[in-house]
Amino acid sequence: MLYSEKVMDHFQNPRNVGKMDDADGVGEVGNAKCGDIMRMYIKVDKDTQTISDVKFNTFGCGSAIATSSMATEMIKGKPVTDALALSNKAVVEALDGLPAYKLHCSVLAEQAVKAAVKDYYDKNGITYGKELNICDHDCEHCAGE
Amino acid sequence: MRVYADNAATTAVSDAAVAAMLPCFQEFYGNPSSLHTIGQRAAEKLSVARQIFAQRLNCDPSEITFTSGGSEADNQALRSAAAAGAKKGRKHIISTEFEHHAILHTLERLEKEGFEITLLKIPKSGVISPEQVREALRPDTCLVSIMFANNEIGTIQPISEIGRLCREAGVPFHTDAVQAAGHLPIDVRNMNIDLLSLSAHKFHGPKGVGVLYARKGCIPLVNVIYGGAQERGKRAGTENIPGIVGSAAAFDEACANMEKNALKMTALRDKLIDGLTKISHSILNGERERRLPGNVNLCFEGIEGESLLLLLDQEGVCASSGSACTSGSLDPSHVLLALGLPHEVAHGSLRLSLSEYNTEEEIDHILAVTPGIVEYLRNISPVWDELEHGQRKHII
Repeated sequence: MLYSEKVMDHFQNPRNVGKMDDADGVGEVGNAKCGDIMRMYIKVDKDTQTISDVKFNTFGCGSAIATSSMATEMIKGKPVTDALALSNKAVVEALDGLPAYKLHCSVLAEQAVKAAVKDYYDKNGITYGKELNICDHDCEHCAGE
Repeated sequence: MRVYADNAATTAVSDAAVAAMLPCFQEFYGNPSSLHTIGQRAAEKLSVARQIFAQRLNCDPSEITFTSGGSEADNQALRSAAAAGAKKGRKHIISTEFEHHAILHTLERLEKEGFEITLLKIPKSGVISPEQVREALRPDTCLVSIMFANNEIGTIQPISEIGRLCREAGVPFHTDAVQAAGHLPIDVRNMNIDLLSLSAHKFHGPKGVGVLYARKGCIPLVNVIYGGAQERGKRAGTENIPGIVGSAAAFDEACANMEKNALKMTALRDKLIDGLTKISHSILNGERERRLPGNVNLCFEGIEGESLLLLLDQEGVCASSGSACTSGSLDPSHVLLALGLPHEVAHGSLRLSLSEYNTEEEIDHILAVTPGIVEYLRNISPVWDELEHGQRKHII
């Protein structure tokens, strides 16, 4: 089997699919060239600084859909700072692993979350450091890992 | 229900081929180069197999070389023509943008070695015109290599006409017939074909066997594999008797049933095309009529191919796609890009390739499950969302 049971589950029953018209932050990463595009919407509770709701849309392969779904599950209800710290390794582990040549999809999921948080910060004039470096590399960079 | 619709990738070995192969493992196991009876019995099997290919292709048995597959045959054809050309100071080769990688990567290698390569552009129809070849011919052209039928979009090229004009121009003409052999009639003499590659596992023969046809007196063959004197010294290595015998049986059977099989497959193929193109924003790649009897290649806008294949597999349907994820590289199929499709549309491609073993029930199953899968993926897709809300323009 190409993918683990968890990956197939998140692929066939993705969590938090959808759009948000009143999102506090929207992040879109990837491009049509490499064939993966993820868009993530977050709603932030201003008082507790937690992510009260999250939605996503993904154009991409099984790994892309599964990793974005898992990423939304991992940040929902958590502090924004947790979302900042989300690593693609954690997403892959939560999914019981991905084939080596699919790991770059998990990087994209991490980037989508960070892009959404960055957007939220930008909209609210909150400063941030290098941890929100959204990659603008060509996909070759991650696919080569 | 498991529906195997990826026959362009490989086919199941036929009963006749298996039956022909089995005795070769423990009865006709000799080395054909051995003088003794056991060896000569194997040699006889080899000779009969060779006769079958020669007869079906309309050539002489001495013009048939057995190889390890289509890729090796392609390599040997190109290298031989290039070597012959170089001797005469002719180092220009004409081919097309949508050839199989066995051709394209060999041409890339030849280019590094000093050859000039012209790759003809593919029109939207997926069919090269003889005019394109005529215009590209130069006094220093040493080879024209055009595939008989494309493996991804199934379109059939005007091989006879191209063969005629190459013969008139005195330029050797090779065709990669890997997808066509056993499915379309091929007569190398009447079609003016000088070199031809085919591969057994595409017509219900075993994997690991191919044939290179090379017209006597055209160009000398150059070895890809050096060693013993097998295959008239042109392809060393003890002959794969079980494979070759099975391949000949499969080819014989495929050619004998060609018309009947084509009729059946075309009807099933057309039912698939009619049904699947009803899905909104979908397109058939390559022209409708001049295509292999079993080939269907479509793009669905807004979704990606690998996820489409995974979900189809869950429903028992085995197919393939031209998306980047399935090719193992970052670019989608070079064939679809050559047709002029933008990346995001090319990523959403689906190839279904039938054989005579598929049934109408199986086609109905594909038609039943595919629309729902496309809809499901579109509901998750940001690209589809943008298309539907006008932020992105529909291309198909």
